[in-house]
Amino acid sequence: MRVTFTVNGRRQEADDVWEGESLLYVLRERMGLPGSKNACEQGECGSCTVRLDGVPVCSCLVAAGQVEGRDVVTVEGLADFARQRAEGGCASGVCGTGLDEAQQWQARPTDSQTGEHAELAPIQQAFIDAGAVQCGFCTPGLLVAADELLERNDSPSDADIREALSGNLCRCTGYEKILDAVRLAAARGEQHTAGQGA
Amino acid sequence: MTGTPPRAATAPDRAPTNLTQGGKTKAGIGESTLRPDGTLKVTGEFAYSSDMWHEDMLWGFTLRSTVAHAEIVSIDTAEALATPGVYSVLTYDDLPTDVKNYGLEIQDTPVLAHGKVRHHGEPVALVAADHPETARRAAAKIRIEYAELPLVTDEATATAEGAPLVHEHRTDHHIGHVPHPNIVHRQPIIRGNAAEAAKKADVIVSGEYVFGMQDQAFLGPESGLAVPGEDGGVDLYVATQWLHSDLRQIAPVLGLPEEKVRMTLSGVGGAFGGREDLSMQIHACLLALRTGKPVKIVYNRFESFFGHVHRHPAKLWYEHGATKDGKLTHLKCRIVLDGGAYASASPAVVGNASSLAVGPYVVDDVDIEAIALYSNNPPCGAMRGFGAVQACFAYEAQMDKVAKKLGMDPVEFRQLNAMEQGTIMPTGQPVDSPAPVAELLRRVKAMPLPPEQQWLTAGAGADVRALPGGLSNTTHGEGVVRGVGYAVGIKNVGFSEGFDDYSTARVRMEVVGGEPVATVHTAMAEVGQGGVTVHAQIARTELGVQQVTIQPADTQVGSAGSTSASRQTYVTGGAVKNTCEHVREQVLGIGRRKFGTYHPAWATAELLLEGGKVVTDGGEVLATLADVLEGEAVDLELEWRHRPTEPLDLRTGQGNGHVQYSFAAHRAVVEVDTELGLVKVIELACAQDVGKALNPLSVVGQIQGGTTQGLGVAVMEEIIVDPKTAKVKNPSFTDYLIPTILDTPTIPVDVLELADEHAPYGLRGIGEAPTLSSTPAVLAAIRDATGLELNKTPVRPEHLTGT
Ligand code: FES
Ligand code: FES
Repeated sequence: MRVTFTVNGRRQEADDVWEGESLLYVLRERMGLPGSKNACEQGECGSCTVRLDGVPVCSCLVAAGQVEGRDVVTVEGLADFARQRAEGGCASGVCGTGLDEAQQWQARPTDSQTGEHAELAPIQQAFIDAGAVQCGFCTPGLLVAADELLERNDSPSDADIREALSGNLCRCTGYEKILDAVRLAAARGEQHTAGQGA
Repeated sequence: MTGTPPRAATAPDRAPTNLTQGGKTKAGIGESTLRPDGTLKVTGEFAYSSDMWHEDMLWGFTLRSTVAHAEIVSIDTAEALATPGVYSVLTYDDLPTDVKNYGLEIQDTPVLAHGKVRHHGEPVALVAADHPETARRAAAKIRIEYAELPLVTDEATATAEGAPLVHEHRTDHHIGHVPHPNIVHRQPIIRGNAAEAAKKADVIVSGEYVFGMQDQAFLGPESGLAVPGEDGGVDLYVATQWLHSDLRQIAPVLGLPEEKVRMTLSGVGGAFGGREDLSMQIHACLLALRTGKPVKIVYNRFESFFGHVHRHPAKLWYEHGATKDGKLTHLKCRIVLDGGAYASASPAVVGNASSLAVGPYVVDDVDIEAIALYSNNPPCGAMRGFGAVQACFAYEAQMDKVAKKLGMDPVEFRQLNAMEQGTIMPTGQPVDSPAPVAELLRRVKAMPLPPEQQWLTAGAGADVRALPGGLSNTTHGEGVVRGVGYAVGIKNVGFSEGFDDYSTARVRMEVVGGEPVATVHTAMAEVGQGGVTVHAQIARTELGVQQVTIQPADTQVGSAGSTSASRQTYVTGGAVKNTCEHVREQVLGIGRRKFGTYHPAWATAELLLEGGKVVTDGGEVLATLADVLEGEAVDLELEWRHRPTEPLDLRTGQGNGHVQYSFAAHRAVVEVDTELGLVKVIELACAQDVGKALNPLSVVGQIQGGTTQGLGVAVMEEIIVDPKTAKVKNPSFTDYLIPTILDTPTIPVDVLELADEHAPYGLRGIGEAPTLSSTPAVLAAIRDATGLELNKTPVRPEHLTGT
């Protein structure tokens, strides 16, 4: 079957999709967007978390056909998504990663210390700065979930953070630095707002 | 980089890249430099092994046995092979050479089962198809007829008279000294006279402990891509802990010389020991060579539970004696580790369990024995803490019991018996670097305790999220009691018992765009621990450059050894440091040649490279590196070794077996709902000596991660094997539970830095020690809260409620 939906602000089409294929598979293997991770494909770890019409979902549990005509944001689009949110929205259909671009996917060397070559969402920068990334396999799913939390609640308590991220497993960090990262992003957000005199 | 021969295969469309870090980066060792791969990892661009992708690749799938021990009567692959989209189906009969087994130390593991299967989930056949689902469906059409055989599942069935032999034709070098062919290895440690010393004891305490089978549960599944080359060789992109160990095992099975199996490390989503053994490596190569097409294999979570070895479950019998004034008199203990169907790292795990069985305490008279069994249970091997974890669980429970019997404070009792620099280990080896056991306990005890009843919120009653049971809203605080427990542990660092534990580093220094740049190339597996960060820090410190490029790890450079045993920063970090020192000497040599006549300091002063310049130890600048290196590059590849170790005597266990020890102490605070048997860990504080924190941010992250894995095994993690069928009952994240952010408390960490003069920068391996003591600390706290004995991991509600 053919599935047409929006990924990171761009309309995409996938052809010859099997009935049983998950959104995760279509993103990773057909659209060249491997950022969403395949750690359990059982809905237990949250590594594959994406936004579907704004709602965080485990993309491994969503059948590809279910996303027909809908809107998906993955970790690859998180920086754009956050920037557009900050700027007050996206003129739909023109922002984000195109399929051509996506399929040309190549890891590009960057400088993570300075972020010189990359534009990151605040939560992404906070994960780097707080040391919340070790192997990083859980990171994309955590970032999407944490970004959604901060969108809803710009000064979450620790209990709020734990509740929001309880569907995302991390085996490396012990979560302490992930908490630090979310606190850091929230604090920077507040500073930013205060700086604007809002 | 020069010297890299042209690839015989076409590179995948998605593959690992260089990591370059420079700019305003905080520089050298001791700084909390951020990860050079951080940006790639937060943007989803980092190429993990399961992300490898090649234009016209096929998907491989492994068919695994549904029974634990059986003869294979027949395999029929015809229908599978006839499935549209299937390119190849392989069984044992298709293996290309006479080498059909592999293994880390003992080559007893079949690439594909031949004649019989020895454990549930053993690989039997392989399929390559154009879609993963096609491969899976075709595999389901392979018909296998099994004739089940009697099972070996524990020590009693393994050594019973007439017991079936798991490996009926053993020829390995341990067979000569083991008491039974179903025992992989046995290591006694006898020192002093435990029986005689026991007579001096005023109290004697014994206990029997059971440690469950833990899984590494790294998040990135076993996966990789094999690309056939035009020269008949193969390029393999894979997540592993030790490329060269894989290579040594893969090449003979494929019938290829090692140069024709070119391995590149692709992004590793955690390892924790679970990637020391091969998983899909040979399978993908076989399928790629057979089909002539790139083949990708990615395990799903279910298969991952069968795709790697687990932590050895153990039964431990311990007897300690002590005098009235609190001095330990002796230790007798016996540790039985279940190694499962194949040897994997069992011999080394036995060596660690026995030599560290006494813990970080002074006990002169010991009688220790550790064995590992062959059984039809899942194979067990390396996991963080490696043999020391199981022992620590038992000896720390014993310490509390002895202290209680003596009426002493458990921490003071431990401190009274704590080892220190100069203590002689039960192996006869003197401890020749700081061993601050009493100090770590003091520090962890001195941390402020979390306030009581934190779940009581002002005015609003209880915040159920902070209570045992959490959001399931099972209690509002009634029946909740608090307990506090302590534990400390000792772990060896590096490979022991005479292993030639070396690493290789290649460092190049040159001027690019007017800037001095260092390139570091090693075969070290970055599994998340942060080796890439530390290597760049070392290069900056030693070479005075800002910009450092870390090349992807591959087999084009010499072996780095394994990313395990807390050894990688010590050994490959040591290799990078050593190579940088030689590069520095050559750079200075060039400087002397070019500029030596201009300033006498070139010949007379101690010279350093700092801030892109050659400076004297007095701080005088002699030249810029850009001027010195202009047009020239220095490029060296060198091996580096730590101090040698010795094998342990097979009868007495005596020998200088370990190169370094690391120590961590924990204090656990728990709240237990005694009615429902639910445990909430409130805080798990840790104090650890790291010798020298090369990157404090990463050090703390490692300690917190290790602590959480120990917490997991204390209260939730266990692979459950049905004792009647030897089948795994819970191979999923639904049924095998690892701690979530709700299960994990705050983990304050106190880092102590007492340099080990024998180690590079004085550092001490850190990755494993925190995994040891966190489990017994949690158990001690639950015992403190409930008054129950609790001698098994994990503690389940039924153990607390007696139901
Ligand atoms: S991969 Fe989707 S929840 Fe684990
Ligand atoms: S950083 Fe490895 S799983 Fe979270």
